[in-house]
Amino acid sequence: MRDVMTICNYCGCGCGVYLKVHNNTVIGSYPSRHHPISRGNLCSKGWHLHEFVHSSNRLTQPLLRKSGSLTPVSWEEALDYTAKALLTAKEQTGADSIGILSSAKCTNEENYLLQKLARAGLGTNNIDHCARL
Amino acid sequence: MTNSIGELQGADVLLVTGSNTTETHPQIARNILEGVDRGAKLIVIDPRKTELARQAHVHLALRPGTDIALVNGIMRSIIDENLADDLFISMRTEQYEKLRDYLFRLNLDEIAAITGIGLSTIRKAAKIYARSSNAVICYCLGVTQHTCGTDNVQAVANLAMLTGNIEKAYGGVDPLRGQNNVQGACDMAALPAVLPGYQGLDNIDARRRFQQVWNCDIPQTPGLSLTEMTHSGAEGDIRAMYIMGENPVLSDPHLKRVETTLKQLDFLAVSDIFLTETAALAHVVFPAASFAEKGGTITNSERRVQLCRKAIPPIGKCRADGHIIMELGRRLNCPGMDFTSNAEIMEEISLLTPIYGGMHYDRLEENWGLQWPCWNRDHPGTKFLHKHNFTRGKGQFTITRHREPAETVETKYPFTLVTGRGSYHHYHTATMTRNSRRLVREYPEALLEINEKDSRALQLQPGEPVEVHSRRGSVRVKTVVTDRVQPGTVFTSFHFWEVPINQLTVDAMDSRSKCPEFKVCSVNIKKVSHA
Repeated sequence: MRDVMTICNYCGCGCGVYLKVHNNTVIGSYPSRHHPISRGNLCSKGWHLHEFVHSSNRLTQPLLRKSGSLTPVSWEEALDYTAKALLTAKEQTGADSIGILSSAKCTNEENYLLQKLARAGLGTNNIDHCARL
Repeated sequence: MTNSIGELQGADVLLVTGSNTTETHPQIARNILEGVDRGAKLIVIDPRKTELARQAHVHLALRPGTDIALVNGIMRSIIDENLADDLFISMRTEQYEKLRDYLFRLNLDEIAAITGIGLSTIRKAAKIYARSSNAVICYCLGVTQHTCGTDNVQAVANLAMLTGNIEKAYGGVDPLRGQNNVQGACDMAALPAVLPGYQGLDNIDARRRFQQVWNCDIPQTPGLSLTEMTHSGAEGDIRAMYIMGENPVLSDPHLKRVETTLKQLDFLAVSDIFLTETAALAHVVFPAASFAEKGGTITNSERRVQLCRKAIPPIGKCRADGHIIMELGRRLNCPGMDFTSNAEIMEEISLLTPIYGGMHYDRLEENWGLQWPCWNRDHPGTKFLHKHNFTRGKGQFTITRHREPAETVETKYPFTLVTGRGSYHHYHTATMTRNSRRLVREYPEALLEINEKDSRALQLQPGEPVEVHSRRGSVRVKTVVTDRVQPGTVFTSFHFWEVPINQLTVDAMDSRSKCPEFKVCSVNIKKVSHA
């Protein structure tokens, strides 16, 4: 059994949460006592933070639409297909015909990488996220 | 937030506007209520009688969409009482006289009529706010999700500057950020018109630094905003999209347009942890690792950059989004997509983003992260902003005028629909909370809040479902009779795909912030006829 210190994945408060891990399964979440925001406290979402991680509804493999329906494929195939489709869009209708939505649920590093991909890789500033929603 | 969260409990007055804090930011609400326990006065501006409004010393239950008129009324009352902070105004601000002259021309009785709040209540709130030495204003999307959202925020800033309640530990203007990393996503420039750290696309020095480090050209024209992309329609300019961890098919206004736009794309890739309504429309779906399966940093409302740690390896064939982006980047010949750790990415961020200049992983490991601006390795981080001067130098007063929302009630649509997060137990489009057994148990389905008076007029039984119609669509939803909403106003959330309330909402938005008007939409309510 291990306790891993992380930050709650729900709202913008940013509570310090320990995830209780047993055999690579997250089995509980509880608050850090000294973290400046949570101070030994969590809301109902925070206390149940771990529940969705092992939900049976999680996506577990890449999917590609083949003759109308989403079909499991390898990572290589999904990535190659996506890169090719984005390149085709760029060549045929221009970089500004591509739109990228980043995520307020992902890390700073991931947001940085995605805007870099949009600006440096694809050549468009069409990148935004849900700050307004 | 200009303040830190912990500072809220030290304020003398807390003015909360457009935020249902106890449900949406429970730990911030806790600091607010701790302040009240210590003797602070609480003023709540909200059309709904939220839990916090029930605890308030003054609750200003305004008509939805009249925030500017109300704040102008408060400011006029402060000037009438001679409670403005003249020293702060003369030393730290400019163009005060213009605002003052405008406020003197206002008719306070007219303001009472527009907002639906009695003049004595407005004056009471003004006196409480202005007499204190330390007052904090917390606001949330109830202020920004209007066609006049930018002006609403400007009005709030005027109020804080008028009383000198900024630049100090227990006074300030605090927007509460909704998602765990919405602050960080903005800081990292997942935005169409800036580079990381809010450096303008037209800032020549910044551009040069980015182009040197990235070793490529950066496009200069600002891009499209989220709603401009998702509402571009069948004839739109957007032909391909990559969507990471968002669900616009449920969260954006005027959903039919969003669906039309996404369905006609030549290519749509979605990366998410669940097969969301948006992912179901995609050509390619990437299974993303959840927060527990990856490391990295996120930035909270008080600008605190904190480390998240990996608890377990990705389940199934999932991969972290950072990994997916770099794989795509390499295939697209994007320079600099070969980082081996998150710490290494943060080094590049701190190199190019002055406000993150001192954010290094070894420092973030210690204590509880650092609050930006943190300029260099020796900088301790910043607890509250604008200590000696504002970002632009002097604070500028700007006149804000009341204007009616995009849609006003009329005979055919006599009710005002307000939407927002509707429960302590759910979150946004509920992809995560509805996969948490206990949270679903607590709040299993969507409810439309309706006042008893309206419920009686419609002859509704308790819990009876109704049809809600707007000019754009209709949904069927169960009702709950409550005094949380005033007569003539109904409220529901956008958590449940079974009740896609955003099929009804207006796609009119603030011309500057592009924030849609989720808080005011005219609807009609009909009993469901029994066939």
